[in-house]
Amino acid sequence: MSKILIRGAKVLGGEPQDVLIDAETIAEVGAGLSADGAEVVEADGKVLLPGLVDLHTHLREPGREDSETVLTGTRAAASGGYTAVFAMANTFPVADTAGVVEQVYRLGQEHGYCDVQPIGAVTVGLEGKKLAELGAMHESAAGVTVFSDDGKCVHDAVIMRRALEYVKAFGGVVAQHAQEPRLTEGAEMNEGVVSAELGLGGWPAVAEESIIARDVLLADHVGSRVHICHLSTAGSVEIVRWAKSRGIDVTAEVTPHHLLLTDELVRTYNPVYKVNPPLRTERDVMALREALADGTIDIVATDHAPHPHEDKDCEWAAAAMGMVGLETALSVVQHTMVETGLLDWAGVAERMSFKPARIGRADGHGRPISAGEPANLTLVDTAYRGAVDPAGFASRSRNTPYEGRELPGRVTHTWLRGRATLVDGKLA
Amino acid sequence: MKRHLISAADLTRDDAVRILDTAEEMARVADRPIKKLPTLRGRTVVNLFFEDSTRTRISFEAAEKRLSADVINFSAKGSSVSKGESLKDTAQTLEAMGVDAVVIRHGASGAPYRLATSGWIDATVINAGDGTHQHPTQALLDAFTMRRRLIGRDAGLGQDLSGKRITIVGDVLHSRVARSNVDLLHTLGAEVTLVAPPTLVPVGVDHWPCEVAYDLDSVLPKSDAVMMLRVQRERMNAAFFPTEREYSRRYGLDGDRMAKMPEHAIVMHPGPMVRGMEITAEVADSERCTVVEQVANGVSIRMAVLYLLLGGNEPAVTHTRTEEK
Repeated sequence: MSKILIRGAKVLGGEPQDVLIDAETIAEVGAGLSADGAEVVEADGKVLLPGLVDLHTHLREPGREDSETVLTGTRAAASGGYTAVFAMANTFPVADTAGVVEQVYRLGQEHGYCDVQPIGAVTVGLEGKKLAELGAMHESAAGVTVFSDDGKCVHDAVIMRRALEYVKAFGGVVAQHAQEPRLTEGAEMNEGVVSAELGLGGWPAVAEESIIARDVLLADHVGSRVHICHLSTAGSVEIVRWAKSRGIDVTAEVTPHHLLLTDELVRTYNPVYKVNPPLRTERDVMALREALADGTIDIVATDHAPHPHEDKDCEWAAAAMGMVGLETALSVVQHTMVETGLLDWAGVAERMSFKPARIGRADGHGRPISAGEPANLTLVDTAYRGAVDPAGFASRSRNTPYEGRELPGRVTHTWLRGRATLVDGKLA
Repeated sequence: MKRHLISAADLTRDDAVRILDTAEEMARVADRPIKKLPTLRGRTVVNLFFEDSTRTRISFEAAEKRLSADVINFSAKGSSVSKGESLKDTAQTLEAMGVDAVVIRHGASGAPYRLATSGWIDATVINAGDGTHQHPTQALLDAFTMRRRLIGRDAGLGQDLSGKRITIVGDVLHSRVARSNVDLLHTLGAEVTLVAPPTLVPVGVDHWPCEVAYDLDSVLPKSDAVMMLRVQRERMNAAFFPTEREYSRRYGLDGDRMAKMPEHAIVMHPGPMVRGMEITAEVADSERCTVVEQVANGVSIRMAVLYLLLGGNEPAVTHTRTEEK
């Protein structure tokens, strides 16, 4: 059956409507559409969103298949309502050649749960010294447009300048992991009141802010666009706001965890809260929410970072940094942004689908829900309330900071080009 | 009192005074011909040391033996830990051998807390120093030394350190001794002032229950005790201060500076001292310096902690109180 009728869905949170999918495309949107010859999905007041797009995912394959693979990661993505994810380059080997990005791209296509758009490394081996073959990665079957050394900062100002300039030739963008390396040697958590007490190495806000300040000025100087990964401090918000007011072509992302969690949680010394950039303070959290609402921060990106159990079931210093996020992102955004009145569902669609697709040039994703568009869709039961249970995750890893925490909302259906990847909360 | 001793901040004023009073009882055991109590007979304590620390390990070992506990010493060097075994596996292996208490020293801040709270083991956990976080028995032995010297051995019983002015000098940023002392001394009613170059004070110190000063000379006349912290020479290469000599001139304690202290005031050091750096030989060897006493007091304090956490409700020492000499 190639036709699907989604009946009574609140499209972008609006009045209930019917949406008819024919093969890979949205055929019609309206009231009282005919179910003739179509499989009917009763939306029953659930919210219909465009398929979510994550500009910042770690799929770990190749190299760390013990924590995630393209298959398990894209299944997690489909569970969370995503139809496209951008896979970060810090794999083993590093995605710094056309060969590696093509492999990751093809694995995504083969598995079919979610489009995988590889991100290419800016520098060879993420070492920050020599530009990787950015053009070759762009021209490969993977068609890379986003480049990032994420996990490491492109700290050398000259290398960063050259990268910003070079990718202009093919409309690329550099996504910067803003972390001044000297200021963060031995850093284990946000530097402040809590780190002083716990005796953990401090990661000062200024180490992020100084790099962002430098890079927006560089982008301005050479006329390039720049994207800031996982912005985490109130000061960073101020710098991006200033840059945008000057007309600098900068975009920025925030992770769900930085919208909700603070460094007070580190008092437990439980490494499930160890992440880079670190959890900040309540003041930062509030500034990030406000910035996401007013558009200073453009998008939500998960920084989904799977790690095996043993890398978190240990002392803080020995633990890996990162949290899984694909399967909880929308719930956290509903909790922190929608239920606080800061965003409506159209605003969520803009920040979790339309805009990330535009930044990453993901064709066919982040499109309006209207006739003729690709049927990449996500149906959300926004009335649902439940405690997060990692045992139910599709991801191979369980390192979530939300275990047992009650969060609203649940993705029940995901369609990738008209094919259901998630049905009634179960992977197809 | 809690079941574990992880941080000096976990102790209430009454807990702390009880430990100090018990330590006085324990100290009397040292004056006996046979320095041993049967209190922990049949109990097993492991000293789990992931960081080299001969003096702390020996102090705990002496305390455990005086209480008749069976003692296992585990040092990470040359053990399965150096072959990649995790803290969790090491602790579970030891507990499977029937350990009642784990005394842990670890280079990572929070490792003892993780051990006590992660459900890995059931044994009582005593923190013998973790990273730059806490070293609670050091703070207790320091408070014990202050109470004896500033109030008196018998007169101090039941007393806290209300109104005493304590100055802690040196590398506060990297010091678990400083953190533990600030917490405990505040709980005991003392007024604490930290003195250090601004580079060696953590961001966020303004939330600590103490004062911070950068000028040692102005603080000395108002101090009942001055605690000098060890400054590791490698800090110099990380630009925390320009040279060793400049550090010594500004923050070292020499005879001239000691003369600015009130007559009754004492000089303390957790050891090991770097003579010529933070303290001159003249000060270290003077009668006002309590370094050697602190070592002896450390054994009494650790006996008291082990007894109170493991020994149950029976009196530790049964004898009539001896008069203070």
